[in-house]
Amino acid sequence: MSKDFLATVMIWLTALLISGFFLYLLTDMLIHGLDRLSWAYLLDAPLDAGRSGGIAPIVTATAILVLIAIIVAAPLGLATAVLLTEFTRQKSHFGRFVERSLDVLASVPSIIFGLFGNAFFCLFLGLGFSLLSGGLTLACMALPILIRSAVEGLRSAPDEYRLAAAALGMTRGAALLHLLLPTAAPALAAGLMLGIGRAGAETAALIFTSGYVDRMPESWFDSGRALSVHIYDLAMNVPGGDASAHAAALVLVLLLFTINSIAMGLTRRWQRGRIHSL
Amino acid sequence: MKVSMDDTDKNSEAQQSYTLGPLQSGPHCCDPRPLISVTDLSLHYGAKTALENVSLDIYQGCITALIGPSGCGKTSFLSALNRLTDMLPGCHVSGRIRFNDLDVCDPDLDVRLLRRDIGMIFQKPVPFPLSVRRNIELPLREHGMRRQAEIDAVVQQVLQDVGLWDEVKDRLNSPAQALSGGQQQRLCIARALALQPKVLLMDEPCSALDPIASGVVEDLILRLQGRYTVVIVTHNLAQARRIANYAGFLWMRERTGRLIEFGQCRQIFEAPAHALTASYVNGERG
Repeated sequence: MSKDFLATVMIWLTALLISGFFLYLLTDMLIHGLDRLSWAYLLDAPLDAGRSGGIAPIVTATAILVLIAIIVAAPLGLATAVLLTEFTRQKSHFGRFVERSLDVLASVPSIIFGLFGNAFFCLFLGLGFSLLSGGLTLACMALPILIRSAVEGLRSAPDEYRLAAAALGMTRGAALLHLLLPTAAPALAAGLMLGIGRAGAETAALIFTSGYVDRMPESWFDSGRALSVHIYDLAMNVPGGDASAHAAALVLVLLLFTINSIAMGLTRRWQRGRIHSL
Repeated sequence: MKVSMDDTDKNSEAQQSYTLGPLQSGPHCCDPRPLISVTDLSLHYGAKTALENVSLDIYQGCITALIGPSGCGKTSFLSALNRLTDMLPGCHVSGRIRFNDLDVCDPDLDVRLLRRDIGMIFQKPVPFPLSVRRNIELPLREHGMRRQAEIDAVVQQVLQDVGLWDEVKDRLNSPAQALSGGQQQRLCIARALALQPKVLLMDEPCSALDPIASGVVEDLILRLQGRYTVVIVTHNLAQARRIANYAGFLWMRERTGRLIEFGQCRQIFEAPAHALTASYVNGERG
C-alpha cells in the first residue's frame, strides 16, 4: 500500500519534472524571443552580426542542409535496413558487425563527424566549406539513427506476414513493398523525424563543414550558416545578441515541431489510404 | 547396437505399412492416385532433429489428417511440402518429396509456382493489413492477373466458396483485420483458393477459433474434399475423425518426431495397428 503510494508519487514527480523542464525551456524562449519574432524577422537578412535584421538566409541554409542530408541518408538508410532485416540472418556475423558499427557511429560525438566531414568532403573531395559538405556530413550523422529505427520498424512487422506472403507464392520484394514497409511506416517516419531533428539541431559538425557565412546562399557550393550555428554565434560571440538568439531558437523549435506534426499526419493518412487502394 | 537394431526395425515397418494401395472405402470423390509422395523425409533445425524418416503418400482429393502431440514435427512436415522450410533459419530437409512428378526438394525449383499449387493456412489467421478485397487481389496481381473485371470475379467466387460473400459483400473495402476470427480464417482460405491450388496445407486452422467459428471452418474443409487435396494438422482428434479420409499419427521418440502409423482414418481410430496409436486416440497418452 505505502510502496504503491511511493511508486505513484515517484512516477508523477518524474513526469512533472520532465514536462516542467520542457515548459520552462519553452516559456523562457517565448518570453525572451517573442518580441523579436515577426514576419520581417523571418524574411530579412541579418544586420549588425545578427543583433538586428532577420534570419532569412539562415533559415534557407538550414533547409538546404537538412534537405541534402535527408535526400542522401533516407534511401541509403532504408536500403541498409532492408538488407539487414530481410536479406541477412539476424545472427550472422555480417549482420552483427554492421549493427555494432551503427551503434558505435550513433554515439560518436558530432565534433568528430565535423572533423571527418572537413577532412573528407571539404578537403579530400574538394567541396570546400559548402552546404553540400555540411549536408553530406549531416547525412553521415543521421544515417545510424535512420537505419536503427527502420530496422526496428521492419523487425516489428509480424513474421506471419512474411510467411503468409511466401506461402501465397509472393516474392520477398512484393511482401516488403505491400506489407512490411507499410507496417513499418510509423517507425520509418519517426526515424526520419529523429534524423531531421539531429540534422537540424547540429552545430559542431557544421562549423567545420558548411561554415558560418550569413549571406543568402546562391547554390549548394556556397558556404551557409545553419540556425543552430547562428544561435551559438549570437549567444557566445555577439554581445547583445541574446534576444536574437532566443528568437532564432524559438524558430528552430517551431520548425522542428511543425515538420514533426506534418510527417506524423501524412503517415497516418497514407496508412489509412493504403487499406483501400492498390 | 541396440539403437541401430531398433532403427532398421522401424524402417522396414515403415516400408510395409505406410505405402498404401488404392483406397478401399471412404467417399467416392477421392481419387486413389497419390498426389504427393514423401519418402524418408528428415528435417533438422541446426543440430536438433525434428522429424526422421517419414514416408507417406497423400492422395488426391482426400483429406489427410496429421495427429499427435505438440512438438512432434507436424507443422515442420507441412512446411516441407511447400518449401516454407526455406524461410526458417537453420532448417535442413533431406529425403524425397514428389508432387505431380515434380521434385519438391530440387533447389532449382521455382518455389513461387510450387506455393501457388500448394497453398497454406496457418493456425492464427493472417489477414494482411489491407481491405478484404485487397487481401485476395494482392496475391492475384503478384501472379500476373491484371484485368480488374477478372480479379473481381475471382474475389466474388472464392468468397462465395468459403461462405463469406454475404457477410462481407457490403464491406469489401473495409479492413480485413476488423473481421471476426472465424471470418478472418475463411478469408485466408479464400485467399489461398483464389490462386487455384491443387493442395491446401492447414496447420490447425480451427484451434484459434471459438467453437462455432471452428464448426463453420470445419464444414468448409469438408466441402473442399474432392476438389482439393487437403493435409490438415490438428490436435482435435474428434475433428480429425469427422473429416479425414486418411490419418497419420506422429509421436516423439528420442526427442525426434516420427511417423508411428499411417492409414485410413477409420482404421487409425478404430483398429490401430500400433499400441502407441491406440493409447493416443483413446486419450490415454499425449
